[in-house]
Amino acid sequence: MRPPLRWLRRTLFAVVPVVIGVVVAVFFLLRLVPGDPARMILGERATPESVAALREQLGLNKPLLQQLVDFAGTVFLHGDTGNSLIYNVSTRELIVQRAPISLALVGLAVLFSLLIAVTLAVLAARHKDGIIDHVVRVIPTIGQGMPTFWIGLLLIILFAVTLKWFPVGGIGTGPLEPLRSLVLPALAVSLGLIPPLVRSLRSELLEVFSSDFVTTLRAAGIPERRVVFGHILRNASLPTLTLLSVSVSYLIGGTLVVEQVFGINGLGSLLFGAISNRDFPVVQGVALYCALMVVLVSLVLDGLVWLLDPRTRSAS
Amino acid sequence: MSGLPIATDGSARIARQTFFTRARRSPTLILGIIMLGLLVVASALAPIIATHDPAAQSLTGGLLPPSFEHLLGTDQLGRDIFSRMLFAGQTDLRIAFLAALTPFVTGIVLGLVSGYFGGWLDYVIGRIVDTVIAFPFYVIVISIVFAVGAGETGIFVAFALVGWVGYARVVRVTTTAMKSSAWVAAARGGGLSHARVILRHLLPNVLPQAVVLLMSEIIAIMVAVVTLGYLGLGIQPPTPDWGTMISDGQTFVTTKWWISTIPGLAVIYTGISLSLVGDGLGDAWRVK
Repeated sequence: MRPPLRWLRRTLFAVVPVVIGVVVAVFFLLRLVPGDPARMILGERATPESVAALREQLGLNKPLLQQLVDFAGTVFLHGDTGNSLIYNVSTRELIVQRAPISLALVGLAVLFSLLIAVTLAVLAARHKDGIIDHVVRVIPTIGQGMPTFWIGLLLIILFAVTLKWFPVGGIGTGPLEPLRSLVLPALAVSLGLIPPLVRSLRSELLEVFSSDFVTTLRAAGIPERRVVFGHILRNASLPTLTLLSVSVSYLIGGTLVVEQVFGINGLGSLLFGAISNRDFPVVQGVALYCALMVVLVSLVLDGLVWLLDPRTRSAS
Repeated sequence: MSGLPIATDGSARIARQTFFTRARRSPTLILGIIMLGLLVVASALAPIIATHDPAAQSLTGGLLPPSFEHLLGTDQLGRDIFSRMLFAGQTDLRIAFLAALTPFVTGIVLGLVSGYFGGWLDYVIGRIVDTVIAFPFYVIVISIVFAVGAGETGIFVAFALVGWVGYARVVRVTTTAMKSSAWVAAARGGGLSHARVILRHLLPNVLPQAVVLLMSEIIAIMVAVVTLGYLGLGIQPPTPDWGTMISDGQTFVTTKWWISTIPGLAVIYTGISLSLVGDGLGDAWRVK
């Protein structure tokens, strides 16, 4: 079999079970409710008639397996988890409406974390055991226990309230305003990702810095700038890309929480709004789409690693 | 103790000695234990150290800045922030440690079983791990807590369901590597049962790794508990919790910035102490 086909087959073998697993997990989310889910959704004061009606609407009276098959059918045929109990429209529609702003936030956070992490790691690795290197080595120890939402609040206090460089919250209108409104939330999300990125990139860079081909390049008189940016970073970028693919899930989760701090109307506010309304299908829909997004993005990033790294292609 | 360990000592005792020797010489571990110890003592002695009743409100004494009377000021209901910080630490630490235990055990068991037996069992466990990992951590935790019900029970169920994957992955890799080694074959050949091989021979070898991971898992759970509290899904008022304290202060962030800042610093302090303990143990055990 040709290598691309082999890669595709292996990927499908890994992805298809996960997609099925995600659908099953989202289905069983409703069964985690202690007691009657319909009662939980409608509250204690609901009449028995309305509870019975909701049980019928959610299909709770059918056998469990039948419910699972019906649920999987809805997911794969309509691409949603049923209709919102509050807005009575497809959960897919609500998610598609709110997703762009959250995705923009994720994208900006990736950009920030890469910029900051690469800069710090290069400086630390170039001057090993220097001041910056010591600071960089301490970052993961501190970073592990940093609540993202709290970092968001600190950024608001510093850059929005005190310095007034950025808005306190919400999304501004005007030519560049939306982008300006996303800077602080994206920074808050990225600060959680930077510690592991810096740690892995630094050790990767240290290894490449001391490798034979770098010595050869330097001996051949190649300017240091070209050695660092043209050769060393290129070699260290692959593990970083892999780490980024593992972190997508962290980024999406962090984004939803940080949206709450900054009052941004994305998937996060859809999720928390649905939670306070006990709108179960919407909660399931957000969980489903977030997981599918993670699967898709890691698939694309893995493919990218495969394209960029000839070694993964030749290996059996 | 002086002198070389003698041959009759048994290898386990030698390993233990070198572990303690290395542990005693690790400044990271000692600093971490001291920091964590201070925190545990402060929260355990909260009723004694606290200067005020954490729930006592005062209509006229709200939002006071730090003073001798109120070391860290008061919140919007006039409650003493310093005393609330101590009691919140008690709650958050207790829940984070307890919630970390179930996934620690299930993760190790599933990792051992998966790596040792392989085959379809390994495949099934592997796919479940992949599925859990596909969900963003906060999305799945928040959804589960919502379904089960906000508060302690929801938190315990959520971490029992999703917290084990990290251990399972790490333990599985090590177990798979050890499975094909000669000493496992020898143990089996000597007539030991699978259960005995797993419990007496494989488990002690994967435990150090799992314990090091446990430290960062406790940090992750504590941060999640605080985050859930901030979102209103965690510890329910009136029980003080660092997360709800941060969210209480958010309204006054423009004028009384310290109300939200201080509980966050406590979270970071806890994170640093656990992370130092984890790194120190890792070095002493020579876990990568």
